[in-house]
Amino acid sequence: MKKIATGNKAVAEAVKQAAPGVVAAYPITPQTEIVEQIAEFVTGGLMPTRYIAVESEHSAMAACIGASITGMRTFTATSSHGLLYMHEMTNWAAGARLPIVMANVNRSLGPGWNIWAEHTDALQERDTGWLQVYVSTVQEAYDTILMAFRIAEHNDVLLPVMVNLDGFLLSHIMQPVDTVELGDFIPDIYLPYAIDPKHPAGYGTLTGPDQQFKFRWDIERSMRDSVTVIEQTEKEFAKRFGRRYGFTEDYRVEDADVIVIALGTLGKEAEVAVDLLRNEGIKAGSLRIRWLRPFPKLNLKGKEIVVIDRDYSFGFGGIVASEIKAKTGISLYSVIAGIGGQEVTYDDIAGFVRTRRMGEEFWFGVNAHV
Amino acid sequence: MFEIRIHSRGGQGGVTAARLLAMATLHDGKYATACPFYGAERRGAPIVSFVRIDDKPIKIYSQIRQPDMVVVLDTSVMDVVDVLHGLKKGGRIFINSAGKREFPGFECRNVDLTGIALRENLVVSGSPILNTPVIGALAKMGIITAESGKLAIREMFSDERNVKAADAAYKEMSA
Repeated sequence: MKKIATGNKAVAEAVKQAAPGVVAAYPITPQTEIVEQIAEFVTGGLMPTRYIAVESEHSAMAACIGASITGMRTFTATSSHGLLYMHEMTNWAAGARLPIVMANVNRSLGPGWNIWAEHTDALQERDTGWLQVYVSTVQEAYDTILMAFRIAEHNDVLLPVMVNLDGFLLSHIMQPVDTVELGDFIPDIYLPYAIDPKHPAGYGTLTGPDQQFKFRWDIERSMRDSVTVIEQTEKEFAKRFGRRYGFTEDYRVEDADVIVIALGTLGKEAEVAVDLLRNEGIKAGSLRIRWLRPFPKLNLKGKEIVVIDRDYSFGFGGIVASEIKAKTGISLYSVIAGIGGQEVTYDDIAGFVRTRRMGEEFWFGVNAHV
Repeated sequence: MFEIRIHSRGGQGGVTAARLLAMATLHDGKYATACPFYGAERRGAPIVSFVRIDDKPIKIYSQIRQPDMVVVLDTSVMDVVDVLHGLKKGGRIFINSAGKREFPGFECRNVDLTGIALRENLVVSGSPILNTPVIGALAKMGIITAESGKLAIREMFSDERNVKAADAAYKEMSA
C-alpha cells in the first residue's frame, strides 16, 4: 500500500512487520520518532514485542544482547552520541554473533552541539563486525530494514546489521512508501547456540591466546559469506516485491569518464548533478555505496573518481575516500562536504566535478585545497 | 518539478499542510517530497517547510532556493522574513488574508483561512487550524485536485469540519 511517511516512520513500520521479540531503546534526536512509534505499536497491541525502556544506549544494546542470546529477534535505534555510548556493547554484539538489527540515524558528533546529518558516527563503528548499509530514500529505508533481519539472522551470517539513514534529510522527510505483504520473507529466527533460560547453565567465556584469533577469523569468514547472503536476499526481495537493490547503486556509470561516489542522500542527489553535467557534455556517472561492510567490489579502472565524504578521520582524510583508495589503489579527488548537515546541492556536486583536481582534498565551504 | 515553500509560525500547522499536500499529490498519481527545515523551531517562531511535486521520483534533498510558489499562512511572518526570496519570476503566491494583496511580477491569491477556521470552530489550544483549509485554496489554484485534497484530509483527520473548511476556502478564493 502506498502512503506518505517519514524515514523514521517507515523504519518503525518495517520493524512492526518484522515483529521482534524485544526492542530496547533510548531516545535521541533525530532518531526518537522511530522508538516512539514502535512503543506506540507495542502499547496498541500491534506488535508481539517486549519494549524495554532503558536508562542509556549502553543499556539498550546490553538488553538487546541479553535478549538475542536467548534466540530472540531484537531491534534498537540510535544516533550520534547514543551510538558512541553503545560502542563497547556493539563490539560485544558482533563478537557474540548476535543478529541484532539497529537503525542508526546519522548525526554529527559534539561539540559543537549539532543534531544534523553526518556519517562520522557510524564510520567510527566500522571495525566492530557489524554489517553496515546506507540508504537514500524512505522506500529504501523501509525495504532495507526488512532485508536486514533476514540477512543478520541467516545462519551463514549471524552478525548484527546497522541500517544508516541521514538525520533530518531522510529521517524527517516525507516521501511515498509502498509497504509490502511480508509473508514468509523473513523466516523464523533460529540461533544454533541460543541459551535456553529454562535450562540454566554456566558458561566460562575466558578465551585464551590459542583461541581468540579463531573467533576473530570466524567473524571475518562470516562477513565474507554475507556477500552471497546479501545478494540472495536482495534478489529474493526483488522477485517478491519488485524493487531491486545492490551493493552499490550505479547511475550512468558505464560510459562515464568521471564518477561521483557518496553515501546516503548525497549519493542520490548526485544523480541530479550527473544529469546536469551530461547536458553540458561532461560524461559523468554516480555510484552510491549502499553496503559499506562488507565493502563492495568496485571496478573503477580508467575512470576519474570524485568521492564526497560527509565524515572525516583527522590526520588522515575522508573515510570513504581512504577506503576506496586502499581497496582500488586509484587516485581520486576527495571532497569533504555536508559535515554537520552543511547544505550541499546538486549544483554544488556538479561544481565539485567541474573543478576536480585529481589527487587532492577539498573542504567545501572552507575553500581549501590541500 | 514544482517547488513550494510554506511560511508559517511553529504550531500553526505548516508542516502538516506540507504533509497533506504530499498525500494529495500521491492520490493525483504524482510523486512528492515534503520536509520542514529543522532548526531551533519552537511554538510561535517563523518556520518554513518545503514541498516538491513531480511526475517522477524526486532525488533532491537540498533546500528549495527558487520556489515556483510561496504559501504564507501567517502574514505577520512577512515583517521578519522576506517571503518572496528566490521566488521565480512570475511565480505564484498564496496568502492567508482577508484583503487582496499585490506583488508586482507575481500572481497572488488570497483567502481568509483564519476566518474560515474560526467560523468552523477549528481551534486547537487557542490557535485556528490553517493546514486543512489551505488544502482547499491550493486545490483551487490547481496544485492538487480538490478530490485528492479531501481524500488526504480524511486520511489524517476524522473531523469532517476539516473538509468543510477546505471546501469553504475553495469557494471563497479571490479571483
